[in-house]
Amino acid sequence: MAKLIKENAFVAPDQWQLRGDEDTVTDFSIITLTRWQAEKEQLKSLAQAGKLALHLTSDQTADVLADDCHHFALICIDFPKFADGRGYSCARLLRERYRFKGDLRAVGDVLIDQLFFMNRCGFSSQALRDDQDEHDALAAFSTFSVSYQNDAHDPRPLFRRRA
Amino acid sequence: MYVYDEYDQQILNERVAQFKGQMARYLDGKISNDEFLPLRLQNGIYVQRYAPMLRVAIPYGLFNTAQMRRLARIARDYDKGYAHFSTRQNIQFNWPELSRCPDILAELAEVQMHAVQTSGNCIRNTTTDEYAGVIADEVVDPRPYCEIIRQWSTFHPEFAFLPRKFKIAVNAVPGQDRAAIQVHDIGVNIVRNDDGDIGYRILVGGGLGRTPIIAEEIRAFLAEEDLLTYLDAIIRVYNQFGRRDNKYKARIKILVKALGIERMRELVEDEWNRIKDGEGRLISAELDRVKKHFIDPEYRQLTNEPTELVEARASNPAFARWLQQNVKQHKQAGYAIVVLSLKQKGNPPGDVTAEQMEHIADLADQYSMGEIRSTHQQNLVLANVEQAQLFALWQDAKAKGLATPTLGLLTDMICCPGGDFCALANAKSIPVAEAIQQRFDNLDYLHDLGEIDLNISGCMNACGHHHIGHIGVLGVDKKGEEFYQISLGGSSGDDASIGKILGPSFARDAMPDTIAKILDFYVAKRIAGETFLEAYRRIGHDSFKEAVYGKAH
Repeated sequence: MAKLIKENAFVAPDQWQLRGDEDTVTDFSIITLTRWQAEKEQLKSLAQAGKLALHLTSDQTADVLADDCHHFALICIDFPKFADGRGYSCARLLRERYRFKGDLRAVGDVLIDQLFFMNRCGFSSQALRDDQDEHDALAAFSTFSVSYQNDAHDPRPLFRRRA
Repeated sequence: MYVYDEYDQQILNERVAQFKGQMARYLDGKISNDEFLPLRLQNGIYVQRYAPMLRVAIPYGLFNTAQMRRLARIARDYDKGYAHFSTRQNIQFNWPELSRCPDILAELAEVQMHAVQTSGNCIRNTTTDEYAGVIADEVVDPRPYCEIIRQWSTFHPEFAFLPRKFKIAVNAVPGQDRAAIQVHDIGVNIVRNDDGDIGYRILVGGGLGRTPIIAEEIRAFLAEEDLLTYLDAIIRVYNQFGRRDNKYKARIKILVKALGIERMRELVEDEWNRIKDGEGRLISAELDRVKKHFIDPEYRQLTNEPTELVEARASNPAFARWLQQNVKQHKQAGYAIVVLSLKQKGNPPGDVTAEQMEHIADLADQYSMGEIRSTHQQNLVLANVEQAQLFALWQDAKAKGLATPTLGLLTDMICCPGGDFCALANAKSIPVAEAIQQRFDNLDYLHDLGEIDLNISGCMNACGHHHIGHIGVLGVDKKGEEFYQISLGGSSGDDASIGKILGPSFARDAMPDTIAKILDFYVAKRIAGETFLEAYRRIGHDSFKEAVYGKAH
């Protein structure tokens, strides 16, 4: 069982459950993109109530979902391997291009040494792999106190912030 | 050169602390080998055949004498007393202990150096012309742009886990290219448009390795302030759509080929149009801030060809030869650009001892304003030498074995560390380089042959850039034995081309004779003033093939 981090702090597991495409969709279900595309009309009311989440695999790019992101309270982006970096671009595009305001969660092979970058790319929560040390994980969020680039939190690169 | 401010230093110090912690967690068993791999790679540490190798970044090849002395100290204290300059203007230590690498990184940080992103699937050190800022024919000094790219690419949160490594090179000289930008993932050509504005012609998808490809133009002109947003857009497209199922198909060149340059451009421009007017756009204050670090030093008012130089040249043929081959014209009257060769006979190309490194630092302090540049041909440059001092410098350099007068000639070879060090190599490359250096050691003959790029790689990863050598040598494995395949006609310059394989490969001891056959044929067939590459292009591949293998039956 992964350990859930929200806004840089460990929290108890929340009520969201991943549902397969054959499962019944109930409140607080996380569904696949395939299902969303097939059953969008039926699912909209649940989404409107803030009780529907989406799971994106690492080869599902943000442009496929695009403005549909606003239907979801939570979007999970999967990292099948920690070294698969597609999720970083997906997160930034969802935040910065499509203006997704809900909870954006990194799931899958989520490790301590990627948390800092995930945070910068706009992930608001992480399902940390269960073997990872909690103390080290929290420390990782403050690895760098200053960064050169702009990111999901600050549109200004360092060159617009330098004194 | 660029001097860190408090932000730069803080970022680097925090990096040193981060890796120290990661190393401790690794040694403590809290990080597995596989998971530690990209962390150590992005801090410059490879595990090689016998020991770890630490690759230290020399951003765009520019460093100072305090940094050189620190590198020498590291070579002595943590290694076997020598180091190796690579084809990407970096420097490598071949024998550090893994557990001591964090200490080396801390020592480097004290002199504003690091090993950040010198390996791994991320944006690597940006390279440029080793004569940047001191030659007359550049559009503008490319180094401020390289520094701006360095900062933007350092710990870029989105691009630390790309499908594969990513290399950017910058050139600012019209009609010439010492940075080989056409064989990089992104080539930035700094140009002026018809209105006289500075901007960039952007190339994408070049590369060597298993699939050598010349880059294509994705944008003919990009305004000066648009550099970083455009780079963001290209790499964002690559990060999403580049292949990750096969590491040999994962470079951006494969994506560009698969999509076609038109579709690639469409995707990039669509993303760029969204961000180009945002806060990521460069501002003139930042361009000015960085450019201030690269303004000309206070040159003295001197004239070309001072008496001391003229007299020394006339009376000393060996000095005259070195001047002709290793000294280049400076933009400032009375000054010269000097290339110190790291291609002495019996020495692996690019290798220097700690003593030599200190000597070079002394030379740079005494003769060249305390700065040094590394080149992608694995030599070192002193860029600001007074012409009146050239003879004294030459005597000093010669005494230390650094004045081999063969720049650009056959024995000024590019060579990867090969099977002597590298775990990837199919074959050794250094012994081939040494055999060629031994066989062709007659300076008159070498000068008569003229400019020839001979590049040697120990495997198809092509670290020795064999594809773009006029003569390329590739180590191959044939049933457990080391053989060498020769290609001809490659070029890294403005007229970049990929060499064509000549024919079946040769055993190592046959290599000097085979190279001799190629050279003899060139000498017999060349017309006055024709370089090897020009002659090859005129005479054609098949004639050279016949000269080496005999007539096909």
